[in-house]
Amino acid sequence: MSNAAFWALSAMLVAALWLAGRLVTNEYVFFMGYAVAQYVLLATAWNLLGGYAGYINFGTAAFFALGAYVSVAINKLVAVPLAVLILAGAVAAGAVGLAMGYLTLKLRGVFFSIATLALAIVAQAAVTNWEFVGGASGAYVLRPSEGPWGGSYVEYLFYVMLVMAVGAVALARSIERSTVGLGLSAIRDDELVAEAYGVPTLRLKLLVTVLSGALMGMAGAPLPFYVAYLDPPSAFNLSYAVNTIAMPLIGGTSTWIGPVIGAVLLTMVQQTAMVTISSAFNLMLVGLLMVAFITLAPNGIVGLVRSLRRRA
Amino acid sequence: MLDPLAVLNAVMAGVLLGGFYAAVALGIAIAFGMLDIPNLSHPAFVVVGAFATWLLNSNFGLDPVLAGLVMAPPFFVLGALLYRLYHVCFERRGDAALQGLAFFFGMLFITEVALVLTAGADYRSVAAPYIGASLTFGGITLPGRMLVPFLVSIGMIGLLHQFLTRSFTGRAIQAVSQDPLALRLMGVSPTRIKTLAFGLATATAAIAGSLLIIIEPVEPSIGRDFIGRAFAVVVLGGMGSFYGMLLASVILGITESIVSDMWNPSWAPAIAFGFLLPTLAFRSSGLLGRKL
Repeated sequence: MSNAAFWALSAMLVAALWLAGRLVTNEYVFFMGYAVAQYVLLATAWNLLGGYAGYINFGTAAFFALGAYVSVAINKLVAVPLAVLILAGAVAAGAVGLAMGYLTLKLRGVFFSIATLALAIVAQAAVTNWEFVGGASGAYVLRPSEGPWGGSYVEYLFYVMLVMAVGAVALARSIERSTVGLGLSAIRDDELVAEAYGVPTLRLKLLVTVLSGALMGMAGAPLPFYVAYLDPPSAFNLSYAVNTIAMPLIGGTSTWIGPVIGAVLLTMVQQTAMVTISSAFNLMLVGLLMVAFITLAPNGIVGLVRSLRRRA
Repeated sequence: MLDPLAVLNAVMAGVLLGGFYAAVALGIAIAFGMLDIPNLSHPAFVVVGAFATWLLNSNFGLDPVLAGLVMAPPFFVLGALLYRLYHVCFERRGDAALQGLAFFFGMLFITEVALVLTAGADYRSVAAPYIGASLTFGGITLPGRMLVPFLVSIGMIGLLHQFLTRSFTGRAIQAVSQDPLALRLMGVSPTRIKTLAFGLATATAAIAGSLLIIIEPVEPSIGRDFIGRAFAVVVLGGMGSFYGMLLASVILGITESIVSDMWNPSWAPAIAFGFLLPTLAFRSSGLLGRKL
């Protein structure tokens, strides 16, 4: 897909969804749309580091919840536009990514992954003890009844998330095609060889860790307004981490379209399953799909389609 | 003011707690420290062991520790099968690190949800004569529900350490991730050795699970609390070192106990991370281990 075609398609998608939104009267559609866009953003952010560089981040929930809680805290202090909260969430989560990356990225990827797993636990303990944002009992956030351009606030949140998701996908796509992307795939294939050929491995890994963390923080910043009540167990829910890993793995980790396919597919399935079957079974489904894809189709849906085409 | 006896009690409670952490970390010390297999789902297997103990204890009145021993052989078989799957899917493809981590993370999740679906999300506990009892030495109280797990854990680690250092098979396990070719030249199949070792590692989860449910009531997602702790003590102790792991567990147990008693229990889960991060950043060989 050429650049012009990509941007034309993205603009058309946003415009079409906006037009479709004019016709929708049921608020639930925006709730669901928000969830899909949020997961496209999270999965794309995760894939920058996990898919391109091969460093698995288990701490999605930590970065995501950090964005959400920074926005709760600022919102309690001063009334600022949503864009400022999103920016603050991105900066905070990016900074944590930088610190984590700097301390652990020099080692093998496994250790980075374990550190991110532990990060989620320590962040949850910190927020649980942070009384200013409600501590263990959670925080209520007043959701404005109307968006700045008319329509409901949830509708507004949906468009904000949609634009961020499209932006993140565009960013992932341009990274994939740049020298940074080449450097990252060299790291994924053989870090030692990459280093020997002069790829600045540590700097590249740090760059994508910060970007990936910042995008996750951005995804979390509007969450308090979306849910209206936020407590640590829901903000740090393990299902965020599992979903964000499962989506790129199911869609395919090597290209920008993989996480998008995985996120749209899995969120739709889950939103439907949540209504029709139990939520525990719903989580089971995600876990089973993820393990099935890793073991049987390690290149995801994108890989399956490619091998089908090659055979045809 | 600080009462010295209270401090001493907190330290002793921490030592006992650390002994139990070592039982949970033992399987990871073998699988991750010696075989380089990042088995994130091990703490979930420990919880499965705890639920199995609960079943045997509440239905047949079997002592929890005995129940753990009874469950160890089936866990060994399951572990061996899991390793075979891992080997076929990841080790042979040569993409073990990345995909393997995600695989075990998925297994952790599946195990946990399967427990919720079959046994329910309620807290379960066991009955045994030593659970309510305690020993007192000059003001220091050792509760039975902590003392028994500590002793069983130390016994289990001691036995496994003897096996790993004295027997041919044990030494082969220690060698397998360092030089599989040398092992092959000695007429030993690395895959078979790893299957055996991973089975052993998983069998320890059955016993650690029975100890867990002696210490506290158990619900399916409780295993997550131990992932960070178990990996932290394995890394802090030094990869491949049992004594290092035990030492790190006791240090973690004492620190957590003191923080919980003197300050705030809700910070306790974060302490393991406070150990892990500086270790990774500044001393990756840990206290007593080989360099990463």
